[in-house]
Amino acid sequence: MPVDPVNEMAGDERRQWLSILAKAQPGEVIAAWEDLSERPAYSALRAPETGLVLVRGRMGGAGDAFNMGEMTVTRAAVRLESGETGIGYVAGRDRRHAELAAAVDAMMQAPALRPTVEGAVVARLARAQAERRDTAARKAAATKVDFFTMVRTRGPQ
Amino acid sequence: MAYVSVKGGEKAITHAHQWLAEDRRGDPGVSELDVAQVREQLSLAVDRVMSEGSCYDRDLAALAVKQARGDLPEAIFLLRAYRTTLPRFGASLPVETEAMAVRRRVSAAFKDIPGGQVLGPTFDYTHRLLDFALAAEGGAAPEPAPQAEEPQAYPMPNIASVFRHEDLLEHDVRADEPAEPYDLTRQPMKFPADRDQRLQALARGDEGFLLSLAYSSQRGWGSTHPLCGEIRMGEVAVEFVPDELGFPIEIGEITLTECTMLSGFAGSAERPPQYTRGYGLTFGHCERKAMSMAIVDRALRHREVGEQADAPVQDEEFVLYHSDNVEASGFVQHLKLPHYVDFQADLQLIRRLRKEHFERRAALKEAAE
Repeated sequence: MPVDPVNEMAGDERRQWLSILAKAQPGEVIAAWEDLSERPAYSALRAPETGLVLVRGRMGGAGDAFNMGEMTVTRAAVRLESGETGIGYVAGRDRRHAELAAAVDAMMQAPALRPTVEGAVVARLARAQAERRDTAARKAAATKVDFFTMVRTRGPQ
Repeated sequence: MAYVSVKGGEKAITHAHQWLAEDRRGDPGVSELDVAQVREQLSLAVDRVMSEGSCYDRDLAALAVKQARGDLPEAIFLLRAYRTTLPRFGASLPVETEAMAVRRRVSAAFKDIPGGQVLGPTFDYTHRLLDFALAAEGGAAPEPAPQAEEPQAYPMPNIASVFRHEDLLEHDVRADEPAEPYDLTRQPMKFPADRDQRLQALARGDEGFLLSLAYSSQRGWGSTHPLCGEIRMGEVAVEFVPDELGFPIEIGEITLTECTMLSGFAGSAERPPQYTRGYGLTFGHCERKAMSMAIVDRALRHREVGEQADAPVQDEEFVLYHSDNVEASGFVQHLKLPHYVDFQADLQLIRRLRKEHFERRAALKEAAE
């Protein structure tokens, strides 16, 4: 099937904001949502539901898959009054997190609503994640071992 | 023999559980632990419970630790029981540990591993002296850890990819059309077991059991002479393909610990000499478990390298049938449940045998006289 480059790019963008919404802490998503000046009405297509995703690893780190264990995941799907649908799949058991992720996903797909959430929710959550990642990466770098190499010279020949 | 139902004990059981609840709380004059405190301050207990409970959820594992009064196998049992109440949405794509946002990565084998030796938050090099400052009440929060000017760069190449070009280390293989990995939660144990089945069992396996097996191997009972190629701990994204989308999305980030052990292999007619590898992977920061798992994984691969298998660690039936602490604990601890009828039956038998024994002795004595 030929790949539609426009849709492909739109898919990548959507993957990115869904990732940001999923990796955010539930409290951050709820706070960002409640700080919005206008919040569109939406109805549930799928009420939030908690279940498990079986996490797979790779044998040896890069080989074929093996089943490692499960993680809790909550999913939801909503429809805006303007018709856009959004989904949320988020680690953990926070139903509100999944539902709001779905609402933001729907808004990001609605040209009229996207400016409302793009900066105030998605970019805000992305910044918080980048900051956490950066702090951890700097702490990790501060524990990197600096080896002193003793230069051994041969004795007089 | 039929089972005889015995009624009674309900009141005693209720009272025992009430006492348990009171004992769990301890001295009411001491403030109560909340689940968030367990999650944040007993984080390695939480990690072990998630790992062996085979369910990644820090809050659930912390609740289990609190409810079990810190008895980790009991907490693991609680988490395993809870997971059976949830539907399964599907399986993730395999996590890519080379892309991990590494907080700790050390190689004991290769000093100059690209990316460097990053110690991270470790007990290593502490003096293991009790720190009485932690016992003082109202202690100030510790100083924030120092931060380097430059953040650690990711992704950090792992030991396997560092030596890939030279073929000195065994390569991981990927099938063109990989089969669905074995799933012990849906399929019974089968033997001989493939590596995917073994790794799943080891990932859920009891840390103590795997540690002792790994130790027995190091001491010569099926030794693989391992070197620690690499340990890494940090965060990886989990990708999942929801039915309604049909393409993979990241659904969250989890902390993993991974260990690669290296064992020399002198080569065979078909295979050139090279290092073989053992692999360990756990939820959370469970380093002792990941290292033990890697040693046991390598020992169980004896068939692939033609090693003689005569030690417990190389016997996959022995290892896999006894590594699960929920099963082990259940079978050992069921012995404390009523076995009144077994005992009655045994008593009757032993009484009869003793009577016959003494009658025989008496008869012999009479004959001798």
